[in-house]
Amino acid sequence: MTAQPDDATLLDIHERMTRIRIFETEAGKLMEDGKIPGALHLYVGQEAVAAGVMAHLSNADWITSTHRGHGHLIAKGGEFGRMFAELFGRSDGYCKGKGGSMHISNMELGMLGANGIVGAGPPIAVGAAFSCRFKQTRNVAVTFFGDGASNEGSFHEAANMAALYKLPIVFVCENNGYGEYTPQANHQAVVDVADRAPGYGMPGAVVDGMDAVAVYEAAGVALERARDGAGPTLLECKTYRFFDHVGVRGMGLSYRTDEELAEWQQRDPIVLFEQRLAELGVLDPGAALAVRDAVAAQVQAGIEFAEASPMPDPAVLLDDVYA
Amino acid sequence: MAEAEAVPAVRELTYVRAINEAVRLVLAEQSTAFVAGEDVAGAGSVFGYYAGLLEEFGPERVFDTPISEEGIVGLGVGAAATGLRPVIDIMFMDFMGECMDEITNQMAKMRYMFGGAATLPITLLTMSGAGMNMAAQHSQSLEAWLCHLPGLKVVMPATPYDAKGLIIAAARDDNPVIVALNKMSLRFKGEVPEAAYEVPIGAANIVRRGENFTIVTYSRMVHEALQAAQELAELGVDAEIIDLRSLQPLDSETVLASVRKTHRAMVVHEAVRFGGLGGEIAAQIQEHAFDDLDAPVGRVGAPFSPVPFSPQLEKSYVPNAAKIVAEARRLLGA
Repeated sequence: MTAQPDDATLLDIHERMTRIRIFETEAGKLMEDGKIPGALHLYVGQEAVAAGVMAHLSNADWITSTHRGHGHLIAKGGEFGRMFAELFGRSDGYCKGKGGSMHISNMELGMLGANGIVGAGPPIAVGAAFSCRFKQTRNVAVTFFGDGASNEGSFHEAANMAALYKLPIVFVCENNGYGEYTPQANHQAVVDVADRAPGYGMPGAVVDGMDAVAVYEAAGVALERARDGAGPTLLECKTYRFFDHVGVRGMGLSYRTDEELAEWQQRDPIVLFEQRLAELGVLDPGAALAVRDAVAAQVQAGIEFAEASPMPDPAVLLDDVYA
Repeated sequence: MAEAEAVPAVRELTYVRAINEAVRLVLAEQSTAFVAGEDVAGAGSVFGYYAGLLEEFGPERVFDTPISEEGIVGLGVGAAATGLRPVIDIMFMDFMGECMDEITNQMAKMRYMFGGAATLPITLLTMSGAGMNMAAQHSQSLEAWLCHLPGLKVVMPATPYDAKGLIIAAARDDNPVIVALNKMSLRFKGEVPEAAYEVPIGAANIVRRGENFTIVTYSRMVHEALQAAQELAELGVDAEIIDLRSLQPLDSETVLASVRKTHRAMVVHEAVRFGGLGGEIAAQIQEHAFDDLDAPVGRVGAPFSPVPFSPQLEKSYVPNAAKIVAEARRLLGA
């Protein structure tokens, strides 16, 4: 069993969650104010998953992400300035403005991209995990995907191959209850996606995705198993998106109730975590506020950096189609 | 070395042996290269072109996959992005429907979407073409799908020499390169040097010099065009035959230079004519050499139908020398 997180790890997880929350909240405002072009899929509500998993990873460990990818990149060490610059379509963005929100990535941080195709990540992560083993390292790959993606053939093919080859990979299903606008009960017969794990010959576990410590501990077990060469694990984190599928208020579609949202917001992962940290005497409310203020200032600096970044020169349009 | 043996001046290999030799050389020269695909290891591929590689390079570098084309190509994309040089096998080109997301939205675009930060040195070998009575789902030539995707390179070798040289060039290239082989060409023999060599990607080859008719073609249709050229010679047509070898990038300059000399042109491919590469090439010729043309640019391709099973139907479906001659006659009004 992985040990419980020590104080330094708890503070680290708290900061990662706070960074995601404030970045995403500000990004949502900028999108709805028309300052960020295109579509943003925001991660607010799901922070405990990215933070709890990523606290175990180094830059040499790889992740694949989803269309809801900002949180994964932030938790993996993404800088606000370069991230906002990408969302703004500026030349200093992580992808020089060519990817945007749905393809934001950074190879140095081991982040193989958000992805606009639901379910595209798992097969790519299988390749990254193969690479980790081929090079005889103890590095791993983690693939994040949703309950909706678990119905894609790509997930099935990747899970089977990962288990067959005993690859160092962890499948993290962020079950936020909806595949886009369709509730889970209308898109799959199982309640727990983790039930599918034995069918692939790998262990599965369900964890409370609003509890960062629970995610951290379960991910620790799965990652240790992967690094030890014992093969993959399917870790299902039950969570909820506080914002809409796209943007904050989204398109105003009536697919979920205000009551349901309010019920989940009672279990806000950051509020829960701060309560626990206060009880443990690791971080009092005043200190938590100070973290928030410091992150908010960094977010503002990031936005200023992005706004000052030049738009890409049309001359670079055809650069990087080929190596 | 067997220096005592008489060495033939020209070593001939079949197309299938040339493929095998190329992949063996790639695995030998690149320590991060590996081969993955259906039946590639234990069986050495259903076409036999990976025979012996598992024994020589071991199961970490030559391995069988489940029948999971999307998973296989995804494995290649992820492995390439993280520093390896995969050789991925998709047994039949027709199976690409199963992995088109990984090809279209991941492999072809990852580098661009990431602002140039990712490099994807993937060689994807696959098998195209009709003629073996394999019916509609094992006989297609779907290269037009692939040539339409910025970020991919696409080559289609007609000869053993080009098969070996293009596979080696593909494996040394830092981009995803799709090598679409041809199943009816597997037993073709041709001169193949023993050493590793590259056939440059993007360079067409003039396989027959001629003065008054340009035939632009690739893959197995090169041989049909060569046969047609003999018949055309009797009509006073001296055909110049260009084997494109590489479809993306396309060696437009060689095509245009030839048309400027011959003033007549036709494009021949095995793929369905409608929406095929022939349309693109004909368009480029009229854009850049309109004033040099004495006749419209002709096109020979398969009719707009799935590949039929019955040997008799398949025979009438696939383009051949007779159809090339007929199209030339039509264009000449002869």
